[in-house]
Amino acid sequence: MITSDETRNISIAVVLLALAACLPWIGGPYALTIGVTIVMFTALSTSWALFSGPTHYISLATAAFFGVGSYVTAIGIGFLPYWALLPIAGVIGAILAALVGLATLRLSGVYFVIFTLGLAELVRQLITYGQNKSGTKGLYVLTNINETMIYWQLLGLCALVYLAGWLIGRSRLGFALRIIGDDEQVAKHSGINTAAAKIMLFMVSGAVAAIVGAMLAPRYVYIEPAIAFTPMLSFQVVIMALLGGTGRLWGPVVGVIPFTFLWEAISVSFPNQTTLLLGVCFLLIVYLLPKGFVGLLQAIQRRSREALS
Amino acid sequence: MDIIITGLLLGGTYALIAIGLNLQYGMARIMNLANGELLVAGGFAAFWFYTAGQVSPLLTIFVVAPLAFVANWLIYVVVLRPLVKRAKNRGQLEVDSILTTFGISFISVGLMLAVFGGNYFKYSYLATPVEIFGATYGSNRVTAFVVAAIISAVLLLWLHLSRTGMAIRAISVAPNSARLVGINVPQLAAIAFALGGAVTAVGGSVVSTFLTLDASTGVIFTLKALIIVIMGGVGDVRGTIIAALLLGILETFVARVIDPGLTLAAAYLVFVLILLFRPQGLFGQAQT
Repeated sequence: MITSDETRNISIAVVLLALAACLPWIGGPYALTIGVTIVMFTALSTSWALFSGPTHYISLATAAFFGVGSYVTAIGIGFLPYWALLPIAGVIGAILAALVGLATLRLSGVYFVIFTLGLAELVRQLITYGQNKSGTKGLYVLTNINETMIYWQLLGLCALVYLAGWLIGRSRLGFALRIIGDDEQVAKHSGINTAAAKIMLFMVSGAVAAIVGAMLAPRYVYIEPAIAFTPMLSFQVVIMALLGGTGRLWGPVVGVIPFTFLWEAISVSFPNQTTLLLGVCFLLIVYLLPKGFVGLLQAIQRRSREALS
Repeated sequence: MDIIITGLLLGGTYALIAIGLNLQYGMARIMNLANGELLVAGGFAAFWFYTAGQVSPLLTIFVVAPLAFVANWLIYVVVLRPLVKRAKNRGQLEVDSILTTFGISFISVGLMLAVFGGNYFKYSYLATPVEIFGATYGSNRVTAFVVAAIISAVLLLWLHLSRTGMAIRAISVAPNSARLVGINVPQLAAIAFALGGAVTAVGGSVVSTFLTLDASTGVIFTLKALIIVIMGGVGDVRGTIIAALLLGILETFVARVIDPGLTLAAAYLVFVLILLFRPQGLFGQAQT
């Protein structure tokens, strides 16, 4: 069943996606670079919010999944066609997420945060160790995939993420997850397998992050552990999603766009102060914008409606 | 044998750092993810005093400890107490304090980068060999271990013998019931948080005598301290000490026998085993 409101929202989403797809023809190379960053973070933070929004479990594993995805492309490109590598990256990302989830998601949220905090560093150490053993340093990813193609691929992935998010929101799984977020005890007592529900959603976000990593690997040309696993990426994703607001499917993108421009501006003029910016944003979210821009908008709407009536 | 002693020496300093975190998380109920940055700041202080005025790191800790105590007390009262007040349940407080202390952590990394730059910093202090059971060790490591052991022992005795110590352990076990017996929970939580910060910063000064630090290494220490605290049991200082020694030995073993690049992987292995089999900690009681 699709209500008239939903038909309207879907049409808006399709129009916006179509407009976004035109960017390579309208904008110059700089606009395209920014565009790739924006769609990349939209895919990452929207899929992050699919899991962390309802459950309030802060995942810092994005960088690990992303790095694993880039390595799938880097290693696999010599053996398999590029298009086959994306689903493989997704499956590997989902398996990694399931393993992490099995170890931590049965317990309280703190263990999960701590575990994911070091996950990127852990995988990086393991890959570095493996490379030292086998004597290779980095890997070249030589393809004929250009920036425009990466942009369209990522945009397509965004569309899939939104579709998945919309379907999950309507499904029993989405409903179960919202109950878990409200009160895990209640969820358990009403017969929801809370651990399984959380792990399934975490797998979705892990798979998406791995696919994003796989798609971006051709952009780097040369992949080594220090490039593929940047812990900062996880924090950027968290900040953008929370800044936008995780209560709605379209929330994260509202945070991604301004934050990307702010980040670009800061890294151009004060390259060493990006960490400081991240820190200030974290405090800003906790004290001033606990529900993100979306929450702010909704509060303004409510107030204006009250003023009218 | 060599591995065990080196591991114990390393574990001793880990114990100090992890006790600091345990005071903050176990007692004051704030998951402080800026803990590692505090440690690096303590290390910076020791480095600065030593290179600028040849002041021994062992004397620097008497400056670092009160400074860190006051700074952490202020952070708790100004930044974190509003969160404690507005939180409806423990989960809410955890999410808020995780995000806030991440913010503090990034801000301090940013500030330290601005002040000291991104270089590694290292100084040579007591780099003379000592012989124990026929093998030689750096005397800075031995000194660090002794200092850490003394401070840990004093803290342990204080927590278990003094009235304030007992009250702090009480708020760790049952924060709500502690109020019923007349314990000023908000005040003591602030003291525990500040004390934890002071202990960690001192740990940083001690560690800097034999490890190389830079502005962004903090997070690794935060992780290790967290793993130790969970392994030993949240709020259990004795468990923390034993867990720290075990982790020190394991890390040294992995670094010597397999690969020095895999120390974090070793810590994670322990972490996974603990989460799967004893999530309440090595010595904790199973929760019903």
